[in-house]
Amino acid sequence: MLRLTDTSLRDGSHHKRHQFTVSDVESIVAALDASGVPVIEVAHGDGLGGSSFTYGFSHTPEQELIRTAAKTARNAKIAVLMLPGVGVKDDIGVAQDNGASICRIATHCTEADISVQHFGLARERGLETVGFLMMSHSQPPEALARQARIMADAGCQCVYVVDSAGALVLEQVSDRVAALVAELGDDAQVGFHGHENLGLSVANSVAAVRAGAQQIDGSVRGFGAGAGNTPLEAFVGVCDKLGFETGVDFFKIVDAAEDVVRPVMPEECLLDRMALMMGYAGVYSSFLKHAYTQAERYGVSGAQILVRAGERKLVGGQEDQLIDIALELSRENVG
Amino acid sequence: MKAAIVGSGNIGTDLLYKLARSPWIEPRWMVGIDPASEGLSRAREAGLETTTEGVEWLLRQDELPDLVFEATSASVHAANAPRYAEAGIRAIDLTPAAIGPYVVPPVNLGEHRGAPNINLITCGGQATIPMVHAVSRVVPVAYAEIVASVASVSAGPGTRANIDEFTRTTSRGIESIGGAERGKAIIVLNPSTPPMIMRDTIFCAIPDDADVDAITDSIARMESDIASYVPGYRLLSEPQFDPGRVSIFVEVEGAGDFLPPYAGNLDIMTAAATKVGEEIAKEVTNAAADRHVTA
Repeated sequence: MLRLTDTSLRDGSHHKRHQFTVSDVESIVAALDASGVPVIEVAHGDGLGGSSFTYGFSHTPEQELIRTAAKTARNAKIAVLMLPGVGVKDDIGVAQDNGASICRIATHCTEADISVQHFGLARERGLETVGFLMMSHSQPPEALARQARIMADAGCQCVYVVDSAGALVLEQVSDRVAALVAELGDDAQVGFHGHENLGLSVANSVAAVRAGAQQIDGSVRGFGAGAGNTPLEAFVGVCDKLGFETGVDFFKIVDAAEDVVRPVMPEECLLDRMALMMGYAGVYSSFLKHAYTQAERYGVSGAQILVRAGERKLVGGQEDQLIDIALELSRENVG
Repeated sequence: MKAAIVGSGNIGTDLLYKLARSPWIEPRWMVGIDPASEGLSRAREAGLETTTEGVEWLLRQDELPDLVFEATSASVHAANAPRYAEAGIRAIDLTPAAIGPYVVPPVNLGEHRGAPNINLITCGGQATIPMVHAVSRVVPVAYAEIVASVASVSAGPGTRANIDEFTRTTSRGIESIGGAERGKAIIVLNPSTPPMIMRDTIFCAIPDDADVDAITDSIARMESDIASYVPGYRLLSEPQFDPGRVSIFVEVEGAGDFLPPYAGNLDIMTAAATKVGEEIAKEVTNAAADRHVTA
């Protein structure tokens, strides 16, 4: 059976500009849990400790949201995300005390070795572990597989190919997933996390499953970063058609998307010009809202900010550099 | 003053070049663990005595160093520090061990010049804490946050295995030396090629009625204070003021002594260590001259 993780209460935090409330979490967790979604991720969009000037301050402390989610869920497990360099090991312990049972640790896809101490701690504490190789489009399959090996050896039980920029296209997904499956064998599972920036998230997720992925991320109603994440209810429907078992009730999750999740979203996540720029230029999806903010602040083009972020090869976490790019563009406009 | 460098990795080797140029410090010994280390062979070429037998060898020599620069790891320095102290050798610690007081030269070197052990926090701390101080000496700073972006190739295995130590140590320095009530540090490794030059962003929460010109002026003065010993340190733009906050963007280009200029993160640590060593040497020399005059 495929195992699905909903990330709307983590990646959706970007779209919501980190303004989730306790009641948002209660309603979404209850609806997803009742639909049979087995794993629900809850955290600041940039992971534990992400509340900051750089990424945006949280309305409600994420640990309070995690505690709420754990209390609300009857069957679903609660997962948290952390990025070494942003959060610290103590954050993982607090999240576990608040009821999280899965720890997902994310690094840029060439920097897996900065996660070793965190996987060690998570396993020592009896947490289930997942590793995120972010911006997986930027590395060839063999290089990704070597990084996946570092995570697996550190104690990671499932390594995800994470298409943070929504830039991967079909075979590019299956080649990467297959390389990880071949490298990891029985040592760890392989997962896939997609974004909709080129309109391919569901198709890419199917390609991932056919290449051997056992865990797939999505966000109900696409409530995520960039043009949104893989819309989970659509993927569930596709799985039903293809005969992949997920354990999620299609009709219930479709109702949850429309009646519960949509009202929490400030607007729909759109496949518009800005989102397409990210998929096309290979830009980290959570830069979107920051690009809008700086474009408005400095009177420059948001699309140009994103394209230049791609040219500078910025990685996840470098949101501060978007201000520098906006300043650079405004100087050029004057000149 | 006679100095030993303990640790022959990127930091130790870069430091070798800076100390060799100093009129105040004479690097005489380098201690490593790997006989094949490039650092040790470069040190031999530069005329230093080298060993792979650890600090035991160093402390057995007839002549002992006045100063030791420790560029190993926090745990190694924790083990070595009491032995240096026992032998009366002053230590400048480039690891996150933090046995001695934190020092950022343009902020508090004067206060700790006489300390037997001085800690240099982290590369990100050296690049950003002075700027937090530049703001907090003008207005109260309730919270300060820094983001250090460094080229992947310039982050060695020690940094990678202990990334939490970087964030925690830097955060503490932002508070205790930078003068912010609460501090947060973020580090990002970027693998792009050609490697990116180290960049740092400093955000400080400031009161709504803060004197913008006074803050801007204080930041500019701090930039030149740092650039006096780290020539590649520069503001990328004027400080940016938004309601309740000032944002400062800097770039640190290295001198290219051992690693290429993108590795400003190494450069600012070794430049700070050299600066601290020179100030200690000047004080000791001047004190000796004073004694001579009085006698």
